[in-house]
Amino acid sequence: MNLLKSLIASAVVAAGLGTSASAEIKLGLDSSNYEPFYSRSASGEWTGWEIEIGEAICAAMNEECEWTAIAWDGIIPALTAKKIDAIFGSMSITEERKKTINFSEKYYNTPAALIGPKNMEITSAADLVGKNIGVQVSSTHENYVNANFADGATVKIYQDFNEHNFDLVAGRVDVVVADSLALAPFLESADGAGFEVKMILNDDVIFGIGVGAGIRKEDTELLAKVNAAIAQIRADGTYDEISAKYFDFDIYGGE
Amino acid sequence: MVWDWLPTYAFRFVEGFWITIQLFSMSLFFGFMLAIPIGLAQVTGPKWLGLIARGYCTLFRGTPLLIQLWLLYYGLGSIFPHFPALRESMFWPILIAAFPYAVVAFSLSVAAYEGHVMAGAFRSVPKNELEAGRAFGMSRFTLLWRIWLPRALQNVLPTLAGEAVLTLKSVPLASTITVFGVYGVGSIVRQDTYLVYEPLLFVAFIYLCLTGILVYLFGWLERRVPSESMK
Amino acid sequence: MEFISNTIQLLYEWGPNFWRGTMATLQIAIGSYLLGIFIGTCAATGKIYGGRSLRFSLGIYTTLIRAVPELVLILLIYYAGSTLVNIVLEGLGFSPIDISGVAAGIIVIGIVQGAYQTEVIRGALIAIPKHETDAGIAFGMSRFKVFRRISFPAMLPLALPGMANLWMICTKETALLAVVGFEELALVTKQAAGKTRMFLEAFTVAMIIYLCITLASNVVFKLVEKRTTRGHPKLDR
Repeated sequence: MNLLKSLIASAVVAAGLGTSASAEIKLGLDSSNYEPFYSRSASGEWTGWEIEIGEAICAAMNEECEWTAIAWDGIIPALTAKKIDAIFGSMSITEERKKTINFSEKYYNTPAALIGPKNMEITSAADLVGKNIGVQVSSTHENYVNANFADGATVKIYQDFNEHNFDLVAGRVDVVVADSLALAPFLESADGAGFEVKMILNDDVIFGIGVGAGIRKEDTELLAKVNAAIAQIRADGTYDEISAKYFDFDIYGGE
Repeated sequence: MVWDWLPTYAFRFVEGFWITIQLFSMSLFFGFMLAIPIGLAQVTGPKWLGLIARGYCTLFRGTPLLIQLWLLYYGLGSIFPHFPALRESMFWPILIAAFPYAVVAFSLSVAAYEGHVMAGAFRSVPKNELEAGRAFGMSRFTLLWRIWLPRALQNVLPTLAGEAVLTLKSVPLASTITVFGVYGVGSIVRQDTYLVYEPLLFVAFIYLCLTGILVYLFGWLERRVPSESMK
Repeated sequence: MEFISNTIQLLYEWGPNFWRGTMATLQIAIGSYLLGIFIGTCAATGKIYGGRSLRFSLGIYTTLIRAVPELVLILLIYYAGSTLVNIVLEGLGFSPIDISGVAAGIIVIGIVQGAYQTEVIRGALIAIPKHETDAGIAFGMSRFKVFRRISFPAMLPLALPGMANLWMICTKETALLAVVGFEELALVTKQAAGKTRMFLEAFTVAMIIYLCITLASNVVFKLVEKRTTRGHPKLDR
């Protein structure tokens, strides 16, 4: 048994050798691109509005931050398993999620939109019967579609945001429900030329009050620091300065 | 451990189970059908056909199934917008469903692996048995069907059993293109409830049972093979 | 053709990313392959020389890993593994560490590889004629020396085809880490495809890269086979 013990010990040490005692805060986001909030540039860095806001918040907290990509459907388990310290990937604050994790104050709020082909008439749930709807897995948009449109329509669940847009262009889904702001670059692109916003969707319960940083229930200290940092960057103009680079309207979404 | 989600999702798991079985058996069937000519081409017939078959096997065995799946689904999907006429055709419902793509991708992969195995199997059948068949006046096709194929299969059944198990274990990958089998439903449970271990353990258990059944079936087949020790 | 020009543009812009992904893939593949061999050798000797309970538990390990889909295993080990390590460390009095992405990937795939390697190595070890190891023991060599000088070199040529096959499987298994969010080649390709919308071109590039890895590996293994079977009688064809 001595051999077994030393083997386990050396394995653990070896695992430790490939790591660091973390002094920084790991911010988790979706491993796929979510423009304009965050995406991988061709040179390999994370860029986007949310990245800059995140860096600003970290600076206000005087902490080192590291961005970690996690597949979206496992990002909350990754937080609770301590693989990341905060979720900073445009996660909506909802009561359902609040059962498992805490959220900071919101840092932006944009409505969800349903987009479809220009030549398709869609004004209500009745028009969606028999259609294919694309949504991202584990998102509030998926919950909304399941709650409101699932009767009679086929819901197709995709691993990431770009995939359902792609299938929209290919014709595999007829409509897509996602964040209106994230859909904007798509609609402006060449691929999205044939599509337009059909409905703006509002539901405070399902969509929540906005987007916040996800934090473990027991990390009350970190939560307080993040909230203070958010308040600070909103007060000293950093928030508006960064937002002006990307948007020409107020992304905060009112009080 | 929390298991109270089981009753809520039981029906979806049954649906997912059915999709898993369908995907697995169709891929195995079509893949094997394709594997026979691919294996044969490497052993007999014109050399250039054999080279194509070998190239096919190398390509599909040398690249991950996941990439092949995505290439087929998204790669073909990117061509659709260029042909608006497709939407009116009768093929359209098949083209936009995800399940057929999974079947095609898995079948092509199975064909590559089993084709490689079958090539070795065809080679291993003693030449004198084939010559005896020809001496009896059997046509090439009868020879293949009555002697070459059965003998090749007998030699290689354990390896085919292994390939079948590997195919079964590849089914979860289909969830990345919206085909939700048992694993897919398990991941839906994970996203809805944020429980990590329970759904995964449940899915693992189901696959454990399926693998066991598969191994048992192949073992039964192997016992039916006449072997020289039965003299 | 538009396809070619798109591919060239893709490579020009995203080349560094593809490179980064390929390096991550190779790192994880090599690391986990070696870990798999280590686990496999230990477990194989355990299965052959060990007592009943050891053989039983090792049997459970290899059966479970070979019967459950890799994707499920990767997720289980990924979430449970780091939690377990941290529990052990906290129990021992150390502060929890976070395991780097690459290390986690190596451990996850290494454990899976270990089960398959166990069977390959075990089959090869059993096939060594007993009199060779007996001779070593008769000479007074310790068990470990017998293994190092006699069993291991004798087992290599027998195990090589299986181990070569497992290397191929290993490199392709790294692609599954994309589902967990590791930025190895498969995920980088999906990211690039999503951003540029050049899905066909991006995945074709990925296929070519994987194929190159496979072909290069084939050459390496042929060389290793030549070296380990030197002096052996050639098989009659």
